[in-house]
Amino acid sequence: MAAERSSASDGAVIEVAGLWKIFGPRSERVLACSDKDLDPAALREKTGCTAAVRNVSFQVRPGEVFVVMGLSGSGKSTLVRCLTRLIEPTAGEIRIGGEDVGSASPARLRELRRHQVSMVFQHFGLLPHRRVIDNIAYGLEIQGMARADRYRRAREILTLVGLDGHADSYPDQLSGGMRQRVGLARALAVDPQVMLFDEPFSALDPLIRRDMQAEVMRLHREVGKTMVFITHDLSEALKLGERIAIMRDGSIVQLGTAEELVGAPVDDYVADFVRDVPRSHVLSLRWICRDPESDEHLDGPVLPADMIIRDAIPASTASARPIRVVQGDELVGVVDRVDILTAMTSDAGAPAVHAEKASA
Amino acid sequence: MSAPAVPVTAPQGTLRLPRWAVLAGIAVLFTVGYLLYRGTGTLPHDDEAAPFLFINDARETIDAGRNENPLFLYLINYLRLFTAGLYDLLEVGLTALGWPGLIGVMGALGWLAGGWRIALLAAAGFVSFGVLGLWEASVLTLALIVAAVLLALVVGIPLGIWTGGSARVRRLITPVLDVMQIMPTFAYLAPMVLFFQIGPASATVATLIYALPVTIRITALAIEQVSPTAIEASASLGATRRQTLRKVQLPMARETIALAINQTIMMALSMVVIAALISAPGLGSDIVRGLSRANVGFMLPAGVAIVIMAIVLDRMTMAAARRRVSDRVSYVAAGMLALAGLALAAVLPAEFPEEWRISFAGPVNDAVTWAKFSWYDVTTAIKNISSEALLNPLQGLLTSAPWWLVAAAVLAVAWWSSGVRPALTALGCLVAIALLGLWEHGMETLTTVLVAVALTLLIGLLLGIAAARSLRFSAVQRPLLDAAQTMPAFVYLLPALALFGATRFTAIFASVIYAVPPVARLVEEGIRGVPPTVVEAAVSTGSTSGQLLWKVQLPMARRAILLAANQGIVMTLAMVVVGGLVGAGGLGYDVVSGFVQRTDFGMGFTAGVATVLLGIMLDRITQGADRRPSP
Ligand SMILES: Nc1ncnc2c1ncn2[C@@H]1O[C@H](COP(=O)(O)OP(=O)(O)OP(=O)(O)O)[C@@H](O)[C@H]1O
Ligand SMILES: [Mg+2]
Repeated sequence: MAAERSSASDGAVIEVAGLWKIFGPRSERVLACSDKDLDPAALREKTGCTAAVRNVSFQVRPGEVFVVMGLSGSGKSTLVRCLTRLIEPTAGEIRIGGEDVGSASPARLRELRRHQVSMVFQHFGLLPHRRVIDNIAYGLEIQGMARADRYRRAREILTLVGLDGHADSYPDQLSGGMRQRVGLARALAVDPQVMLFDEPFSALDPLIRRDMQAEVMRLHREVGKTMVFITHDLSEALKLGERIAIMRDGSIVQLGTAEELVGAPVDDYVADFVRDVPRSHVLSLRWICRDPESDEHLDGPVLPADMIIRDAIPASTASARPIRVVQGDELVGVVDRVDILTAMTSDAGAPAVHAEKASA
Repeated sequence: MSAPAVPVTAPQGTLRLPRWAVLAGIAVLFTVGYLLYRGTGTLPHDDEAAPFLFINDARETIDAGRNENPLFLYLINYLRLFTAGLYDLLEVGLTALGWPGLIGVMGALGWLAGGWRIALLAAAGFVSFGVLGLWEASVLTLALIVAAVLLALVVGIPLGIWTGGSARVRRLITPVLDVMQIMPTFAYLAPMVLFFQIGPASATVATLIYALPVTIRITALAIEQVSPTAIEASASLGATRRQTLRKVQLPMARETIALAINQTIMMALSMVVIAALISAPGLGSDIVRGLSRANVGFMLPAGVAIVIMAIVLDRMTMAAARRRVSDRVSYVAAGMLALAGLALAAVLPAEFPEEWRISFAGPVNDAVTWAKFSWYDVTTAIKNISSEALLNPLQGLLTSAPWWLVAAAVLAVAWWSSGVRPALTALGCLVAIALLGLWEHGMETLTTVLVAVALTLLIGLLLGIAAARSLRFSAVQRPLLDAAQTMPAFVYLLPALALFGATRFTAIFASVIYAVPPVARLVEEGIRGVPPTVVEAAVSTGSTSGQLLWKVQLPMARRAILLAANQGIVMTLAMVVVGGLVGAGGLGYDVVSGFVQRTDFGMGFTAGVATVLLGIMLDRITQGADRRPSP
């Protein structure tokens, strides 16, 4: 396995290149001709096919949380299912841990699903006829692990996701949040290298969703899995994602950090998406600093360029001098109180006010 | 260039006739044709028609070649031996338990299925077979049913699983099941006899064929219903197809598959009487004998026994379906019950004791005589009015009109209601009936069916509307309909026979009781299915409840109502043919006499085919109705 992984170009766990998925009759033929570049409505009109994923390429680094976002129907679920060929891709290359998934035999593919990649579903996908412990142990049972061993492992995971004492319940006796913990535990139990989440929390109400997001972040810190996380909730994406890919009609329109998306959206679609995000919560000083004017004193406080604007407020209120923004030892620019206030007030409505109160 | 568009559309709008005008036109043309050509082109019945003789010859040939023809030698004879062997094995086994043993075992199974209540029900039910004086017959019937159900499950469940898992198989198998299900049971008895001879083997196979579509359908449904996310989750963890089937799909489909088993048993039970026509042993033969002699007292105990068996098996399987796991107490209790029964079997006499039996025949026949006598006026009035006002004129019309005129009318009506292809199919069926030499009997049966369908729809609509409009009425009616629907069909012949003797009207009466429950239920569901927001909108514009019904609810429930009509027709046809046993005449009588007399076999066989043709014809005429644009 180690040898295989080392063959990956730059250590990426998941590499996707030129991935296509076209639903419908004679999808290969559609792909081969120029029809594939039609917009979705025209394509459906002409061929009866739906291009759910169009020429998608990206890489996920080990230990990263990679978020895929997009409106309903933009192809997120299809994309994530193509990764382990739960949906058979029409074209493109997928490598997981350096191994070519596209050409894997059915047996090899099962091995991959059993040990390397596991998935958490929006509607949980629990087995109602099995107790919680048997649901969690399901993946291990499939692998042929002995009963005592798999129960021992399942109990560890049960504790990890905070469901102690519910081992013998049936799924329908649990609340939605607890059910998704079971789903999470089932995916964790097989100790995969990669976890895929398809809108795991969108069926939950907001408070429980926040708990579960915190839970995932904690698990990510503790077990350090590589995660691909699908969501259509921007705040969730910003909270969890190191890098975010925004999908539209099957293509990735922009891929970058939250800061890049907010600071430099490539088109109106992305801009619309991030419009409600308080810029001061996401952007760093780098985005608003400017060259010092000739009459400014360069003896104010020093702050790093990647500090979030909001966090610079105390320093800016404490001193009348412009703040020096540095990257390492190098001066990148300066910001003064007015610059920071301007950045804050350009935020849409309420969140900005909140931020001010919180920092006051 | 755009100017002519206006004048072209205007006349189109004014020239369009209302749909009923076409129908009225057909009726007028038919009447004119009838007045001109009445009495010519009729096809009177002939017992020695060529198709009948041909089938008789074919039977002789097949009988003679039974041990030479390779098809029989290597396939059919083995199937027959196997089925007969299975039946014999079960019969011997069940008899060997002795009556106390069997009662104990049934009690034990009941306990495992659903605790002491079901155990008590099962044991009491089986005791009652002895009390009714029908122990042996009941055991034979049970053996037949168990044999047929076992075979149906062995064949049907894997097929159902396969069907449920693959869209391609489903497309392939659904039309076959459709045909099997609209086929009146009578139709495949005669071919059974050709291949498997008269006796338990062919009765088992006929029952199996009757029950199989239900097994396959419900099992497939069960598999399809399993949540796709659960299956996907299983696949995402690397389960093989077999693992997913065994650990996810089957357990999650368990309850519905249990329902499939339950329904298979119920279907098999409702075949008991019909299978008795080809000498299925057991309770059915008592009923057939009673029916043919119009002796209610003789058949009532057997009828009651079948109903009890239906209830016991129904409750047992339903309880088993709901149960998650049995605990240890149940196993101990069940084991003790079974052992107690077997121990008693060793000490008690082998026959169910004479002094525990109760004979009903005398008192029942007295009561029937009394009922007939005291309600004579009412029942004869009903009988006579319906005969004089409806049956005779209609039958006279259909049999004395030239066949081509009837055929043309059917073609026109079917075209009007369903389109060209169904109309041609309907015409083909009718012509085939004529070619088979069964025109006159076919028309007689058609008359009975039409009258019964009209009554069924009328009553069903009224009950359905009443139930949809009054929750209280619905609450009272629902359990009655439920009970009526679990009852084997022929049970309805009993009260009909008691009241009306052996006449055409008996068959109509029985088929109306048989077909009303599903019709009433479909209508009620259809009306209730109208979205509350639509009803609210109509009420808010000030509709009266009558307007609401006529202008909103009934039009919106049209699909359900047409489905009800279609169902009603298929069910009525099946029952009217059974009515051949009690003097309904027509095709049903031909089928029955085909099994009684060897010389009539050809006619019976052909009449069976003709009922199928009649069924397809009626189905085609009504099926397209729901695709018509809304009025
Ligand atoms: N099995 C299928 N057959 C045909 N078309 C499909 C199939 N599955 C998905 N599609 C189509 O592919 C497109 C992308 O669907 P997908 O489920 O991937 O979207 P999504 O981004 O996950 O949406 P949502 O947020 O609603 O889950 C949609 O237009 C959908 O209709
Ligand atoms: Mg989705």
